[in-house]
Amino acid sequence: MHPAPSVIVFTTLSGLGFGLLVWLGLGLPAVSGWVAFVFFVIAYALAVGGLMASTFHLGHPERAWKAFSQWRSSWLSREGVCAVAALLVMGVYAAGLVFFDIRLAVVGLIGALLSVATVFTTSMIYAQLKTVPRWKTPLTPALLIAISLAGGALLAGQVSAALVLIPVAGVLQILWWVRGDGAFGQSGTTMATATGLGQIGQVRAFEAPHTGPNYLLRELVFQVGRKHSLKLRGIAFGLGYALPVLLLLAPFTHILAIIAVITHVAGIAASRWLFFAEAEHVVGLYYGKR
Amino acid sequence: MTSLPKSTQRKMGLVIDLDTCVGCHACVVSCKGWNTENYGAPLSDQQPYGADPSGTFLNRVHSYEVQPLATSTMPHPAAQLIHFPKSCLHCEDAPCVTVCPTGASYKRVEDGIVLVNETDCIGCGLCAWACPYGAREMDAAEGVMKKCTLCVDRIYNENLPEVDRVPACVRTCPAGARHFGDFADPESNVSKLTAERGGMDLMPEQATKPVNKYLPPRLKDQLDQPKPVGEIDVLAPFLAPVIQEPKGFLGWLDKTLEKL
Repeated sequence: MHPAPSVIVFTTLSGLGFGLLVWLGLGLPAVSGWVAFVFFVIAYALAVGGLMASTFHLGHPERAWKAFSQWRSSWLSREGVCAVAALLVMGVYAAGLVFFDIRLAVVGLIGALLSVATVFTTSMIYAQLKTVPRWKTPLTPALLIAISLAGGALLAGQVSAALVLIPVAGVLQILWWVRGDGAFGQSGTTMATATGLGQIGQVRAFEAPHTGPNYLLRELVFQVGRKHSLKLRGIAFGLGYALPVLLLLAPFTHILAIIAVITHVAGIAASRWLFFAEAEHVVGLYYGKR
Repeated sequence: MTSLPKSTQRKMGLVIDLDTCVGCHACVVSCKGWNTENYGAPLSDQQPYGADPSGTFLNRVHSYEVQPLATSTMPHPAAQLIHFPKSCLHCEDAPCVTVCPTGASYKRVEDGIVLVNETDCIGCGLCAWACPYGAREMDAAEGVMKKCTLCVDRIYNENLPEVDRVPACVRTCPAGARHFGDFADPESNVSKLTAERGGMDLMPEQATKPVNKYLPPRLKDQLDQPKPVGEIDVLAPFLAPVIQEPKGFLGWLDKTLEKL
């Protein structure tokens, strides 16, 4: 799958932003006034910034509002609905904390649940796709929610929670990678089933329908950089999970915490690039590619 | 809207005969022509005469080489070349429809055709991700998703002569490899063809329940296929070659050249 920068930025940043909103909604840390204001500005900048970035890859961003209509069937529509609901509810909660020094605990809890739901619906957009076996697993929502909560804990200064959640996310990440490597083979979709010609013998793509690239090859059969995947996994794991944990184990200073956040986000962005670049769509089989 | 209908009154679709298709790409051209000039946004090309040409097509023809496995009677079976036209299969459980966030993608209750309402399409591309067959292509000029409409603007078009009220690809195919009809009717031409020739689904494991069916290619004669055992025709002995070795002048020439 083509790793569109807008989608990588969107899923990385909004995941982090909604993760922070979860912790703020739970009152961890218990902030109010200006400190709360700064926390909420960061969370909203990440969450809303990510959502805005996601509209950049649309063919018609001006019609994006129509995407709220199909929540009964479409995970993408559900994501839009959840995101807006989470941001509105957390807005009320934030206003209470920032301007009136009142903590509306129930509103915060609802906002936190909606924030988790937003990350879950985002992950289901990918996890629902039978056409991309690497994504079609309950591990996908588990991983994305774990990353979101871990990153949120890191931003919210919840060191002890982060020290649990980051390793959990790291383990899920490795499980997701290992399972993903065999997923296409186990999906049962091959050139033989794609063409229905497997009864006769070994099927080989002889001539493609077109000599140039097309939308399908650009969008779904992206193969660039897969050969570096192992190195990138190392970088993603080191920056995203291992280094932040080491930095948190060191005596706490704000500088180290900021470095931990930065390396975590960089590592997650690398992991998210691989999430797309390594994902193989079954349509590639028609072209004799993976 | 984006929920699929429980059932459709008719199941209009295509039968594509892989035995007959000669890979001429006429269906590709006629499809592009009709669907650029009629319903919906035109199918654009990018740099059609430039260094990196690319464009939107609703129907494309792949070609596959299929190598049968060697057997004791057939130690060196010849590979078979199969041309493979591919367009939207108008699936009964179309995954492209349910993922659509705006309701732009829908499957019609009356005839089962899967269509895109282009004024509602935001061009997110998720339906193309959800389709295992590569039937949907985003138009780079219009920013909306394009797909086969089964020529919905031809098949019911009373301004056209009746013979033309079939999809452009079917009408144009010089080999008669494409057939159009209603799969819900067991007596239709497409239902009968599917039953007679063992029409198959592509990627059945994806559980999309495609309406379009593909007829598998028939077995071909092979150069080195084993000689038939026993007499195949009472006249066969008389049909055996009468002259095995050249005689007369040619025989002398053959022997002389052999000795040189």
